[in-house]
Amino acid sequence: MEILFALAAGALYTAGIYLMLRRRLAQLIIGLGLLSNGTNLLIFAVGGLTRAYPPVVARGADRLVPPYADPVPQALVLTAIVIGFGLLAFLLVLAHRVHAIVGTDDVDDVGRER
Amino acid sequence: MRALVLPIIVPMSTAAIMLLAPRRVVLQRWIGLAGAIALLASTVTVFARVNTGGIQVLQIGGWPAPFGITLVADLLAALLLLAVGIVGVAISGAAFAGVDPRREAIGYHPLVQILLMGVSGAFLTGDFFNLYVWFEVMLVASFVLMALHRNRVQLDAAFKYVTINLIASSIFLTALGLLYGVAGTLNMADLARIWPAVRSTGMDTVLAVLFMIAFSIKAGLFPLFFWLPASYHTPPAAVGAVFAGLLTKVGVYALLRIFTLLFQGGPSMLPAMLLAMSAATMVIGLIAAQRERDFRRILSFNLVGHIGYTTASLALLTPAALAAAIFYVLHHIIVITNLFLVSGVLLRLRRTTEMKSLGGFYTGQPLFSAIAMVPIFSLAGVPPLSGFLGKLAILDGAFAAGAYWVGGLVLVVGLLTLLSMGRTWTEAFWQPAVEPDRATPGVPLLIVISGLSFVTLAISWFAGPLFDITLRAAHQLLQRDDYIRLVLGGTS
Repeated sequence: MEILFALAAGALYTAGIYLMLRRRLAQLIIGLGLLSNGTNLLIFAVGGLTRAYPPVVARGADRLVPPYADPVPQALVLTAIVIGFGLLAFLLVLAHRVHAIVGTDDVDDVGRER
Repeated sequence: MRALVLPIIVPMSTAAIMLLAPRRVVLQRWIGLAGAIALLASTVTVFARVNTGGIQVLQIGGWPAPFGITLVADLLAALLLLAVGIVGVAISGAAFAGVDPRREAIGYHPLVQILLMGVSGAFLTGDFFNLYVWFEVMLVASFVLMALHRNRVQLDAAFKYVTINLIASSIFLTALGLLYGVAGTLNMADLARIWPAVRSTGMDTVLAVLFMIAFSIKAGLFPLFFWLPASYHTPPAAVGAVFAGLLTKVGVYALLRIFTLLFQGGPSMLPAMLLAMSAATMVIGLIAAQRERDFRRILSFNLVGHIGYTTASLALLTPAALAAAIFYVLHHIIVITNLFLVSGVLLRLRRTTEMKSLGGFYTGQPLFSAIAMVPIFSLAGVPPLSGFLGKLAILDGAFAAGAYWVGGLVLVVGLLTLLSMGRTWTEAFWQPAVEPDRATPGVPLLIVISGLSFVTLAISWFAGPLFDITLRAAHQLLQRDDYIRLVLGGTS
């Protein structure tokens, strides 16, 4: 299962970096989105994948017995998703403004004086 | 020590209070100034406690490290916080000279406070994931300040700035994920304790390189600095001042932290890599500064080049060199903030910072010229000002560490800086004016610039005692056992 996650994260990184090297704003933004999701998947996977072992102390026991799902990476991913989502939304609005004002979505043409 | 939350809480409350008075910009300016003074007072308190009582630790919510979030202030963090307080007051004061009205109505003042909160948080936190969060707080505020633009050059700069910083954040986050997978903790002190075990897994080099790339983008090191000169000259002067003064320094701080806490005593490849990157940064930054014809672009390249000074000195990892790096960072924060505010006066006077439109201030604005002289010549490294003393300390540290080529490079680059700033002074101030002044320099800006010049003079005058403090800070950084024991042991 970890292998599958690793491959998926790798594929997202690859696609993200490829798209970021394109010249169109939309592709750049989608690339950044894929990159941040690849990162989220990576964090989730490195925490160790378990199935149906909630980190809850069992009745009668005095501490957690492995295996249990590590809650910390999940908290990290949650934070990262929220931050990534906010930044992506901001970037979309910024790109929209760039397009409205400059009238092009070619990254190289944005800064060029006419 | 409870007061450790104050440098975070105070700007946050100030921003919240400002939001209760939307669109009343004059009121917001006063709230901003009051908040900034309160922030300065809180950083002075923290510094005084750290200076006499050693490293201060606060476990947020009473959760002991490494389970909760820890705030830690050692001398390095306390000194940098002090600089944040000073820059905060300067920026809030400069706002009285007027920011552009649209920007001010949209929320310029609260955003500056949030930015200060992010920077303070980054200096105080003792947890890597928390550091990432503070980076994002700081970045989001800076994105909005940067992006409130209408013309295409500024929009282009904003877009580049946002994109490169998002990439840096992704790399940082990737490193954090892998680090948690290997170490099972993200608390800095806890990581320093178990780092030998991480090293034995062989993942430490991968992690170190990822961290170094992320922080080098933030700090603006070669070959990752191209976004900085492409963006810092476009926003209004006050925004440029706070960006130039504080944001890159957070990257430098993060490098200082990981190098002393984690990579100390490890394979020498990492310091060597940082040293090579810093050397290239210094040389390329200052050579590029020679060909620029715009005051703020010259400053941007000087900023990049001088970041190289601090990181080169840091990479040597000896007490004297580290102390010199910290001293130089402090000097540089004040001076570069001041110079960007000087560019604000130039913008008021001539509506541009192109060198060809400047000139004649020496006779036309003698008072302004006199106070602007201090930061310009301090950056140039003219004795007896703080820039000269900082470079001397770096030179001393490099020679003492046996890195003679670094010392030689510091001298050569110092000459290039002198050339760059000397030419700037001649062309902008001495040569006869080709255009008339369009406005007055603005009394608030003049007060702020003379205040910061006064701080520079104070750093120069009290360089001895200050250097003693930075030397103690360097020893604290290198003897990490105290740091680890205080964070993990006590809850006081």
